[in-house]
Amino acid sequence: MYRYTDFDDAFLRERNRQFRGQVERRIDGSLTEDEFKPLRLMNGLYLQLHAYMLRVAIPYGTVSSAQMRQLAVIAERWDKGYGHFTTRQNIQFNWPKLRNVPDMLDALAEVGLHAIQTSGNTVRNVTADHFAAAAEDEIEDPRPYAELLRQWSTDHPEFQFLPRKFKIAITGSSNDRAVTKAHDIGLRMVRRGDETGFEVIVGGGLGRTPMIGKVVRDFLPKADLLPYVEAILAVYNLLGRRDNKYKARIKITVHEEGLERIRELVEAEFARIRQAYTGANQALLADIAQSFAPPVWQAKPVAAYEEARRDPVFRAWADTNLTAHKQGDHAIVTISLKAHGATPGDATADQMRVMADLADEYGYGELRISHEQNVVLPHVARADLPALHARLQQAGLGTANIGLLSDIIACPGMDYCALATARSIPVAQEIATRFEELKLEHEIGPLKIKISGCINACGHHHVGHIGILGLDRAGVENYQITLGGDGTEDAAIGERAGPGFAYDEIVPALERLLLAYLDIREGEEETFLMAYRRLGVAPFKAALYPAEAKRDAA
Amino acid sequence: MSRAFKPKVVTANDLLSGEAVYQTEADTWSPLHSQAELLTDEADAQLRLLHAQGQPDRVVGPYLADAEPGADGPEPVHFREAFRTRGPSNYAHGKQETAQS
Ligand code: HEM
Ligand code: SF4
Repeated sequence: MYRYTDFDDAFLRERNRQFRGQVERRIDGSLTEDEFKPLRLMNGLYLQLHAYMLRVAIPYGTVSSAQMRQLAVIAERWDKGYGHFTTRQNIQFNWPKLRNVPDMLDALAEVGLHAIQTSGNTVRNVTADHFAAAAEDEIEDPRPYAELLRQWSTDHPEFQFLPRKFKIAITGSSNDRAVTKAHDIGLRMVRRGDETGFEVIVGGGLGRTPMIGKVVRDFLPKADLLPYVEAILAVYNLLGRRDNKYKARIKITVHEEGLERIRELVEAEFARIRQAYTGANQALLADIAQSFAPPVWQAKPVAAYEEARRDPVFRAWADTNLTAHKQGDHAIVTISLKAHGATPGDATADQMRVMADLADEYGYGELRISHEQNVVLPHVARADLPALHARLQQAGLGTANIGLLSDIIACPGMDYCALATARSIPVAQEIATRFEELKLEHEIGPLKIKISGCINACGHHHVGHIGILGLDRAGVENYQITLGGDGTEDAAIGERAGPGFAYDEIVPALERLLLAYLDIREGEEETFLMAYRRLGVAPFKAALYPAEAKRDAA
Repeated sequence: MSRAFKPKVVTANDLLSGEAVYQTEADTWSPLHSQAELLTDEADAQLRLLHAQGQPDRVVGPYLADAEPGADGPEPVHFREAFRTRGPSNYAHGKQETAQS
């Protein structure tokens, strides 16, 4: 696993020392909120509806068992005994007291974690496939490239004042689990002959103007990654609209200038700066790659696993929560943080400790945070799965629902977030509870429901098969449904189904929608998304709005 | 035709805890909406807001929120403000916790 160098450690300690002084000066009144706010945001400290919130970055979603234990300590000592994992591969603590935040940051630094958001209009934390280095379908571990980009972009003099924040996502596999098409730059590793390189996607994003990224280069040799990314940033830095915050992201630049022109400019810039790259970055990359070396695999017979599959409870869990591993006798385990009726993404301190212990006992000490708000043990020998599953169940972590209806992404919404226009968490809780009562989710099969509490779209609702957007309509919570979104390599933005629903109408509306899907699908093999693509919006609209459908038919 | 002024309260977040607080007539900050001073005059409301803004060592981000008289004191009008008087809906945290003690 990548370890911070002494330089990084010293930098972190110094940064925390400075912030401690700033907090003291804020409390004694010598700093005003206007002066303090940018400083606290730079250190991941937000003010929400009921309390402060501390957001801790988890680079490329990779955490060690020791780090996970420390998160548990922080949750207990300075929060209310839990933490919230988010779609940006972060953990958020919802109840810190201002005075305690410097101690929390020191506790994080002890295990090489921090809350520095590289905030501002800079290149943000690079996110990566949460199955990196484990997935069977992977070409190469993308995290060394993510780390290379992090080191290169941190403090890069030319890119500290971009027109707007800049998010990069990377995957080493052709199956896109990192939502690369919804990022400013998406990098998808591909093969051409015996050469590997990147498909470079530019101009994706969600928020108030959702856009699917476009392929600006279908094959970029790996060694050209930095000069090419630099060329894109240079073109954006020049053309990006600084006059209007809502038009400043690169998605708008690409949309307004057209992909062709952007490509011409980027290629010209790339040709110019490429010569200046001497290959030093490739030496650095090789160094970084060493710290991501895979563990020494322990071979174990898989008979115990096959035997355990006779137990229907174990089998149901294995069928939904396991993914094929590069090593045939291993599996990738996704631990669901979506028990029916619970808050998506929340884990108690005890659960964090259990997950850390299980990672040590069965998972080579490594864990991942997925953007779908679950925790992943990337490498577990199949032989150990029955014992692991039993322990997860004891800790309330054995829910068998990954990829199903109740594996919902929900942003914090108006239960926490100061920007929210409606709640999202209780909507997710009620949907999961209702379909658990109906015992329908396994029959419905693969389905992604994603909920945001305002147009900023932190809950990725645009790319949900069913997206739910909470709005404030004349002082009442109102929920808009979008259909047919997709966050994978076939990315698509969902289409608005029609007028929104009141808070207590949204669960019944989904029930009508999904019962209709069960009626009209061609068979179990046809997922909700496939049925939507085959039939279009009409039959689903009719289920959502039966009164209108009746009127039209009359 | 000028719109009638809707009554307001001055609310903010406590500097140290971040909790939602309300300015009272006695010039203190209370965690209870019902103890807020209900401001029925627009000019008065602006003055009270200015007064709150002059206390950066006590509160963060003071603003005027719509309110209406109720049996036990002022009550919030908008659902966002109603949530701020309670806490999140997924756990009995925030004021829901302290209210029981
Ligand atoms: C409560 C504090 C939060 C605030 C103030 C906040 C604010 C914002 C804003 C203003 C945007 C729009 C940016 C733009 O379009 O230029 C945004 C986008 C986004 N946020 Fe948040 N957010 C918060 C929490 C979260 C959480 C909890 C998550 C993860 C679950 C998250 C993940 C994202 C993602 C994925 C996007 C869209 C990606 C993009 O197009 O940039 N945010 N957020
Ligand atoms: S989508 Fe809106 S409500 Fe949800 S976390 Fe983002 S800013 Fe807050």
